[in-house]
Amino acid sequence: MKILGSEITPYKTYLNRRKFIKGSLASAMLATVASSAFANHDSDLSIYTKNLNENDKLNSYEEITTYNNFYEFGTHKKHPHLNSGNFKPRPWTIKIDGLVKKPQTFDLEKILSNVTIEDRVYRLRCVEAWSMVIPWQGFQLSELIKMVEPLSSAKYVQFVTVFRPEEMPGQQKRTIIWPYREGLRMDEAMNPLTILATGLYGHEMPNQNGAPIRLVVPWKYGFKSIKSIVEIRFLDTQPETSWETLAPWEYGFYANVNPNVNHPRWSQGTERRIGEFKRRETLMFNGYEEEVAHLYKDLDLTKFY
Amino acid sequence: MFSTRNFNRSKPVLFIIILFPSLLWAFQFVTGNLGVNPIEKLMDELGLMALRLIIITLMITTLSNIRPLKSIVVLRRMIGLFAFYYVCLHFSTYIVLDHFLDIQFIIQDIIKRPFITFGFISFLFLIPLASTSTNNMIKRLGFKLWKKIHYLIYPVAILASMHFYVLVRADKTEPVIYMGIIILLLLHRIFKRLTRPQLVQ
Repeated sequence: MKILGSEITPYKTYLNRRKFIKGSLASAMLATVASSAFANHDSDLSIYTKNLNENDKLNSYEEITTYNNFYEFGTHKKHPHLNSGNFKPRPWTIKIDGLVKKPQTFDLEKILSNVTIEDRVYRLRCVEAWSMVIPWQGFQLSELIKMVEPLSSAKYVQFVTVFRPEEMPGQQKRTIIWPYREGLRMDEAMNPLTILATGLYGHEMPNQNGAPIRLVVPWKYGFKSIKSIVEIRFLDTQPETSWETLAPWEYGFYANVNPNVNHPRWSQGTERRIGEFKRRETLMFNGYEEEVAHLYKDLDLTKFY
Repeated sequence: MFSTRNFNRSKPVLFIIILFPSLLWAFQFVTGNLGVNPIEKLMDELGLMALRLIIITLMITTLSNIRPLKSIVVLRRMIGLFAFYYVCLHFSTYIVLDHFLDIQFIIQDIIKRPFITFGFISFLFLIPLASTSTNNMIKRLGFKLWKKIHYLIYPVAILASMHFYVLVRADKTEPVIYMGIIILLLLHRIFKRLTRPQLVQ
């Protein structure tokens, strides 16, 4: 099944619907618009739908923003939507350290003024065997990586989520070890499919979806796509990741979507697409086999799940 | 006040209260008001309700040891049967709505996934309990044998709470609370048995 090329919208089709607004006044206005609206994205869906694979249908803004796994705001799917109101995604900085030429802390605005924001319509497959189709806005992680010039010894990238228990009530309880951490191999991080997303459906990233900036790695289970990132480290060894630390027999470092490798809790052979009644077959690498299978040609995917 | 008669009188009300959630969820499911992932939601709610009812039946037995509440035991059968009712709905949601009667897949799922194995065995053990619940059955089997069969409620409760415990990914507070309650209730029974006055021969 061919998917990818057609699902990426180049920047020029992107219109002026989503702009990162630098002035505080404008940003406050945008925040008002975004918070008031489950509605104002419905009018011109064609921007996204024309880039859809024929078998896929976009999930609604409501589905995408009310059914989330984001344990920082609680362990129930509805908690992030209900409990993320006090989270303040701006101002925001990202610390870049580890094996890079110039470790530094960036203002998010500064990063965004140096990258190309584009539309990416991706399938998101959760390890819990449900999936969605989400129109993200974001930029390729590779752009940021090139900006910070990692050393040749850097083989892995680690990401860290913000730790703010006063704004993220889920963090007041030790359900998992905070802060949440994830990681990618350097070649995975450089893959053109891998993006840092800053918006969805033309809105600034909602708090419950990982505001203001999150990773999206569409061929891996959703938990790899770490949210609300404050630190990116370049390392020479494979970093610890949160779920792998918690239950290594269930979650691996790679966590590639793979219908042939079973999880002890969920069969990964099928999935429920949110909004659909019958289950679908799960696709190898979530349908992005053509783009990413080469990354793993020397890897035993049963062992390195 | 807590007479057998009063407990019996409360049954119709209790019946409606316990039945109501299933009707509500069915209605919400059909009208599309059960959230973004309605099948999952339905299955979770039904299962949780069943587990809670199972625990309540255990509690009733314990409560009936308190003299003024002795008669509460007359409610146990109805609640137990409701537990079975919710388990059946839970299980059929899994079979029909979640997996569309893909029997081969379901068998694999039951064998391979411990939490489903626990849940399934728990369901199987409930069947003899539900099917021997009539007065007539108690008579036919004799109280002693009937009582032995109904000890199955203990593995049922333990397996059901394990089914829930294993399913939860990170915050295990709720299943741990249920397990704790079940263990306390079981300890109480063991304690009672050990301290029971022996007949002097």
